[in-house]
Amino acid sequence: MSTKGDVRLLDRVRTERTWWLIAGLLVVGLVYPLIVDTLKSMAVIGDFVPRTDSMVTILIGTMMALGLNMVVGYAGLLDLGYVAFYAAGAYTAGWLASQQFSQVTFHFGSTVSDGLSGIHLSMWLILILAGVFTTIVGILIGLPTLRLRGDYLAIVTLGFGEIVPQFVRNADSIKGFDLTNGTFGIAPIDSLGIGGFVFRAQSNKEDLYYWVAIVLLLLTIFASMRLRDSRLGRAWIAIREDETAAAAMGVPLMRTKTWAYAIGAFIGGVAGAFLASFRAGAFPADFYFNFSIFLLCMVVLGGMGSIWGVLVGGLILGYLNLEGLATIGSKVQEGGLDFDPTKYQFGIYGVIIVLMMLFRPTGLIPERRHKIEAAEGVHDTPFYDVQHEGTLTDRDSSDD
Amino acid sequence: MTAPVDNLLVATQVRKEFGGLVASNDIDFAIPRGSIVALIGPNGAGKTTFFNQITGVYVPTSGSIVFDGVEVVGKPPHAIVELGIGRTFQNIRLFAQMTAIENVQVGMHCRLRGGIFGSILHTPRVKREERESRERARELLTYCGLPRRHEEYAGTLPYGDQRRLEAARALATDPKLLLLDEPTAGMNPQETADFTDFVRRARDDKGLTVLLIEHDMKVVMGVSEYITVLEYGAKIAEGSPSEIQSNERVIEAYLGKGAAA
Repeated sequence: MSTKGDVRLLDRVRTERTWWLIAGLLVVGLVYPLIVDTLKSMAVIGDFVPRTDSMVTILIGTMMALGLNMVVGYAGLLDLGYVAFYAAGAYTAGWLASQQFSQVTFHFGSTVSDGLSGIHLSMWLILILAGVFTTIVGILIGLPTLRLRGDYLAIVTLGFGEIVPQFVRNADSIKGFDLTNGTFGIAPIDSLGIGGFVFRAQSNKEDLYYWVAIVLLLLTIFASMRLRDSRLGRAWIAIREDETAAAAMGVPLMRTKTWAYAIGAFIGGVAGAFLASFRAGAFPADFYFNFSIFLLCMVVLGGMGSIWGVLVGGLILGYLNLEGLATIGSKVQEGGLDFDPTKYQFGIYGVIIVLMMLFRPTGLIPERRHKIEAAEGVHDTPFYDVQHEGTLTDRDSSDD
Repeated sequence: MTAPVDNLLVATQVRKEFGGLVASNDIDFAIPRGSIVALIGPNGAGKTTFFNQITGVYVPTSGSIVFDGVEVVGKPPHAIVELGIGRTFQNIRLFAQMTAIENVQVGMHCRLRGGIFGSILHTPRVKREERESRERARELLTYCGLPRRHEEYAGTLPYGDQRRLEAARALATDPKLLLLDEPTAGMNPQETADFTDFVRRARDDKGLTVLLIEHDMKVVMGVSEYITVLEYGAKIAEGSPSEIQSNERVIEAYLGKGAAA
């Protein structure tokens, strides 16, 4: 017991160090577009530094991984169809900020020129609308599916993850009405902008999108942290731990699970709309099943339920996927070895996951909770008599 | 138990069939407000099944269960908790990866109001509610005999403390009726005696009504005011401890020679 104070002090030192680390990373993160050229010109590591536009996609991918983490990591609902939310968000942006519905012309706070046909809302507003719309999609998908447990839920979400891209690929003629422009996707989708200042028209548009992406990611992290420590977050973890007990303690299962799904969907929707604007389009080819799995890999690699873990996992896998493997491949080939890792990318991710499961199943930065091993019934001390503990003989905990 | 004045829970003709097996065979059952009632019977008599119908885990095939004037059959478990029925489990079912305090706070779930936006924005109301719920959780834990180790994970607590924590978590739901499913399983005589004291104390302090399933006859005879005996899903006897002890049917079917003890 005397060591308790020391432990607290150690904790505080560690917490302080963590905050410094976070502050440092934040500063580097914020000025990244300004220093990327300097970094790239450095010897040896320069080639491995990702471009700013890659960073935008990496950051938003990580944001989606954090959204998925609420569903999978917090509430323990294995969702294999998260890409459906990404698609819903991207297509919301497509519908509300492009010439897709050229039958009408409606402008509201948009950065495009007034005469342009189609619906053009402010892209900022669309980020929120996409989140709201995707939340509704999430609730609609969730209501029938979340009654299922474990494997069954995984399979049904897998189904929805397949249905959505199939739907957008084929919804170019619903009784003659073109909803999604089929396999061609919707393009161009409007740029973000403030008044007459259109991001896409600027020479440093990647930098501008990058900063917005950073803000979105930080908001997601913030919301993740707050929710984790809230009444709702506790209910999620209780459901993850023991659904029956949670219900018996007054946690409404359906409502609580649906909230996890809805919040995950909201984040996926905002991220989807943002990426659609950044890439200036929403294309069905982006919404394949393997993207759901890729996001899940980020969560598993980082540590299910761990915000910092998923952040790290998302950044690592996102980087490898966009640039890392290609860079490594070109280095390898410069070295004279005929091997292109990008051809084997999913094989490589698979190997990473298998190795993680073998050697560090709780992830790179495990959730605080996973660090403890449940040691039920190992010790055995008397019940309801702590008040006169002194009179008790200490029994050997190893006797059972 | 002829026409008690004020019943907190009245079960009428409760029947539960699992395929061909009749787990509850038209059970009539009442719990007088403020009493401690024991449900006993041999293994497989349908005690836990009956519990699970009160708490909404199972829906009876037929029959009605009225709690405090409200029909609970068909209600989901969380709604029944909200009405005021709290429970513990036969095999401890804590949230192992949550701290003791968090476990108790989960028990308070339906009594708290913090929503999504309030939680993200940390509105003063949510902050105060969280602070108060933590304080109340500490009080409850201390009341249940766990004055320390509040920040430790439930899974790392010793067995006895886990039992205490489960009691605290059940009390956190603010129940009128507390259901205890074999609470003294795995306890030594001293612990069992302490537990019986605790049940009485909790009943008096918090105005509870208690229904417990128990195999330990010392506990049953010592703590309960009424006893109901089940066998093969059917009620075979009910009455005061002394009545049950001398009941031929019960001695025959269940207690055997041990009844003399």
